[in-house]
Order: sequence, then C-alpha cells, then structure tokens
Amino acid sequence: MATLEIRDLHVSVDAEGGPREILRGVDLTVKQGETHAIMGPNGSGKSTLAYSLAGHPKYTVTSGSVLLDGENVLEMTVDERARAGVFLAMQYPVEVPGVSVSNFLRTAATAVRGEAPKLRTWVKEVKEAMAALQMDPAFAERNVNEGFSGGEKKRHEILQLELLKPKIAILDETDSGLDVDALRIVSEGINRVRSTGEVGTLLVTHYTRILRYIQPDYVHVFAGGRIVESGGAELADKLENEGYEAYVKGGASE
Amino acid sequence: MADVQNTSGATTAGSIEVGTTGAGAQLAGPGTGRATVQQPIDARVAVKPSFDVNDFPVPHGREEDWRFTPMHRLGGLHDGTAASTAARGGEGTDKVELALPDGVTAETVGRDDARLGKAGTPVDRVAAQAFSAFEQALVVTVPAETVLTEPVKIDVHAEGGVRFAHVVIDVKPFAEAVVVLNHTGTGTRAANVELLVGDGAKLTFVSVQDWERDAVHVAQQSALVGRDASLKSVIVTFGGDLVRIHPRVRYAGPGGEAELYGLYFADAGQHLEHRLIIDHDTPHCRSNVVYKGALQGQDAHAVWVGDVLIRAAAEGTDTYEHNRNLVLTDGARVDSIPNLEIETGEIVGAGHASATGRFDDEQLFYLQARGIPADEARRLVVRGFFAELVQQIGVAEIQDHLMEKIEAELEANVG
Repeated sequence: MATLEIRDLHVSVDAEGGPREILRGVDLTVKQGETHAIMGPNGSGKSTLAYSLAGHPKYTVTSGSVLLDGENVLEMTVDERARAGVFLAMQYPVEVPGVSVSNFLRTAATAVRGEAPKLRTWVKEVKEAMAALQMDPAFAERNVNEGFSGGEKKRHEILQLELLKPKIAILDETDSGLDVDALRIVSEGINRVRSTGEVGTLLVTHYTRILRYIQPDYVHVFAGGRIVESGGAELADKLENEGYEAYVKGGASE
Repeated sequence: MADVQNTSGATTAGSIEVGTTGAGAQLAGPGTGRATVQQPIDARVAVKPSFDVNDFPVPHGREEDWRFTPMHRLGGLHDGTAASTAARGGEGTDKVELALPDGVTAETVGRDDARLGKAGTPVDRVAAQAFSAFEQALVVTVPAETVLTEPVKIDVHAEGGVRFAHVVIDVKPFAEAVVVLNHTGTGTRAANVELLVGDGAKLTFVSVQDWERDAVHVAQQSALVGRDASLKSVIVTFGGDLVRIHPRVRYAGPGGEAELYGLYFADAGQHLEHRLIIDHDTPHCRSNVVYKGALQGQDAHAVWVGDVLIRAAAEGTDTYEHNRNLVLTDGARVDSIPNLEIETGEIVGAGHASATGRFDDEQLFYLQARGIPADEARRLVVRGFFAELVQQIGVAEIQDHLMEKIEAELEANVG
C-alpha cells in the first residue's frame, strides 16, 4: 500500500533580503485510499506544501524528509516524482502554446506509464474521461490551457488525474474560482478516482465548500507553516462556523 | 508587446530595438528595450537602387543596414573580392534540379532579358554585385489562369566556390502556384530573387535555407504584388554560417495582399539575418508579417528587422508585423527591430510587436510535473512554438517537411 510520509519538513523561498522560511516543520502521513483535507488561511503555506512535494524549483527544502513507499522523494527531479506517482493538480495551470491537449495527454501518459498507450484503447479512454467531465471533444485539439476558462482549466487538471492514475494526488485549491456546477463536476471526477481506493488524496483548500462533495477522512488545520490541529470531518464543520481566527490569533501563525 | 496604432492625420515613426545578450533577459520589448533614433525608413527605401555594383560604396559595417552583419564573414561578397575570386577561376557550381508541373516553363536568359529587374532593383552593394556578376538568370513562368495542383520545385545544391544567381518567378494574372526554392550544400552565394505576382494571381513562395554549416548566403527577394493578387512568402533558415535574406514587397495595384512568414533556428556561432521592407505605396493593400526564431549555443545570433512604410497615397492600408524569439541557452543574441512609418491617417490598421524570451520555467515545471522528462518537455515547447507558425503555411507537404526539419534540429540540439 502506497504511503507518503512527510517528516519535519522545512521549506524556504528566496525573498528580498534573503531566504524566508515558509514551512516550519510539517508532519503528515497519507496512505493510499485516504483523503486528507489541508485547510488554512491565506498565506499559511498550504500551497507551498503542495508545490514543494511536486518539486517546484522556487522552493528550497532546508530540512526534513519526504518518503513515498520508503523512497526519498526530495532527491527526485520533478518528472521523476510524477513518474513515481505524485500528482499535483495546480491552482493556476500554465498555458503551453502550440501543444495540443491530445498530444500533451498522450506524451504524459507515455512518460508515466513507461510505454505509449495503445492507440485504440487510449482514444476510447480519453473520450470517456472527457465525457465524464462534460468536456467537449473539440477540447482535445486546443492548445494546453490556452484561452481556457477557469472551469475548463480545472476540469483539464482532473482529466489528467483520471488518466495518469497517481498514488498520491495533491489537489491545490482545485475548488477556487469554480461555480457550483463546475465544482460538482470536478468533485465527481475526484470521487471517481478516490473510489478506486488506489490513491491517497491531499486536498488543499481555503473553503469548506468542496468538502460537501468530497468527504475527507482527516482534516488538518494549517497555520504559520505547520499543521496546528488535526481531526476528522467534524473539524471542517468547526472551521465552517468559526473560521480560522482562533488559529491566527492564537499565535500559531505570524 | 508594442502596438503602434496610428491616430488620424498623424505621421508617426515607430522604432523599437530589442537587444538580448546572454542570460538574464526574461522578456524584452518596449519598456525594457531601448528606443533608438534611427535613420527613417523612407530614407532607406529611397536609397537609389541600381543594377551596377559600382553605384554603391563598399560598406564597412557601421551603416544602418549593415550594423548587425559580421562583415568579415561575408566571404568578400560586399567588397569585390568574392567577384574577383570567381573571375579568377574560383567560380563554384550549383546543381540545380527543377520540378515543373504541366504548363510551367523555365528558361535561362541573359541579363538583357526584359523580364529582369521588374519586381525590384538591387538596393545594396551585395545585391548589385550579384546582378553585375551573374551569368545566366533562371526565369520560371506560370501562365495566366493556370492553377497548379503540384508545387514548382527549384532545388539548388551548391558545390563550393563563389557564385552569383538571379531567379525570376513570373506568375501571370489569375494563376495560382506554390514555388519552393530549396538551398542545400555549401559555398559563397549572392542572389536576387524576383517574384512577379500578376493581377488576381496567388503565389506561395517558400525559400528554405538548409545549408551546410559553413555556407554564406545573401539574397534580396523582391516581390511586386499585382492588383487583387496575394503573395505568401515563407522563409525558413536553418543552416549556414552567415545567411542574410532581404524580402521586399511593393504593390502594383490596389487590393494586394502579402503574408510574410519566417522561421529560423540559429545554433552556436551562426548568424541568421532577416530584414524585410514592405513599401505600402498603393491604396487598400494588406500585409501581415510573422517571424519566429529559436536560438541556442554560444554566439548564435539572429537579426530581424521589419520595416513597414505606409506612404501618403496608401490609404486603406492594413498591416501588422510580429517577431518572436525563443532563446534556449546562454550566450545567444537577438536583435529584433520592428519599424513602422505612417504618412497617412486614413488607414485600416497598423501595428507591430516584438518579444524575445527564454524558456518559461513554469511551462517546463507544468510538463515535468506530468512525468515528461526535462529534455522532452523543452522539445515539446519549441515544437509548439514553431508549429503555430507552420500551420499557417497551408501546404501540407511543406508543413510536414518543415516539421520534420524542426524535429531533426530538436533531436540534435535541444536536450
């Protein structure tokens, strides 16, 4: 069973006047089949956690460890992490002009699966996954994220999640900027992947809204660059009612 | 991105210079580039054209038109030494192969043939040298109202030495043709290419510079676009040590349309220069320019100068030019200069844009985060950068061939 273990993770970014520490000792274990919601106020470092796990060059890990089934993730390049089974659905997916969605998806699937998917089954697979996310087939011929609406970008991220079948899915604010219909469609996609029981999900979100569609096993409150409280789904209800104020004022954050 | 939009009744001279040297510059353009005071375009257009090399002084490299060109690498094309080498037995040979669809004729003619010089007269010393020194010109004629289904192919394989050439493509009224001029091999070459696009005719002209690494090639390509005619020019430069292509467009009547596309890939040490002039002297004509280049390696140098002049008589003109460069490694240099000079306010539109950037780290991260290895991700980005332009050519066979060439460049160079 795949397990992601984050131990005492410290991460800095280069800022004016030298490195600034954003993550200050994150401890978290995510197992296949589990869903963890990471919730926190703006600037708490939850997106930094997501990007650090994927290996974004902007972030420097200063100490701590991240292991995926005992393998040291921090020593892997960005693409090696993805091939090892770490997937990051981004809050702001990037435009890649001149590269069609279909070409991109096939190139990614080939890389992650270690061999080119058979054309006939692949076309069917993509078609079905797109239909399930209510994406127009013409979408496949558009350039990656170019001119996509906010909702289209997020559906495209979840489409990749469905096709690449990672062990660990990190969903960074996937709910942000979505209207109710799009949120439902995207959440259903995430639930389809979760229902296989083969993915550990790390759901990073500011709002409790998405948790009405996706039931987490664990909720963690993130503040000041670390997890300050953990609990079950009921913790989300508390946050819904009381907000993050207690954590921010409590001195856990700066 | 820079847009120079004209205001009614105003005369505007727009000039932007973008210099990118080595590392650091993420994006260059107006605001980050330098605005320079330059010789106005019309002064350059007004340089007295001549067929006689002696009418031009030997350029020394400080002139506006030559300031980016490494003169010592011109193989003496500019100062008479190449011509005297050729005259003393150093003349090279070209293996020329023609593929002529039915109805198309090709003739070799002397310099006194009346069809020569109709599209344009040499405007600099190298072009005049080529005209003064060539022995026989090639004239390819597509008869009136002939619509070709196959491209005309002119394959020039240079076999060393110095050689001067003259080619005339004469597309008669209401004919439609695709003409591909393909350069391979090596040598020192200067040429004039004339494109006569008759009234209502359509010409797609593709010039591929697929030279060996040490070739020197300077060419003036002059087009005269007839009434309601359209020209699509596609200039593709991969090879050579120094390549300098100078496309020029004039209009013979209203309603003319010119699309100028260019694509270049400069490797270490290569100097690839494209400078074009569109002289809007006729009302209700249109021009659209898109040139894209990638550079990599130490002292890879690309120069793009796009001059557009809208004369007082050219009411109803619609023009846009766009140059984009992708700098793949440190040590490469781009000079990108769009110029727009407008002498009438009664136009449809006029604008230009220039952008030079490095690989977008966020694009690479996104692709890598999907398991795609870094080298493959870079190739995907460059391929996409060029594919956008290649898709505009509209001739499947040529598009496929160009994407194969790009693929080969990527395999060899982008890792």
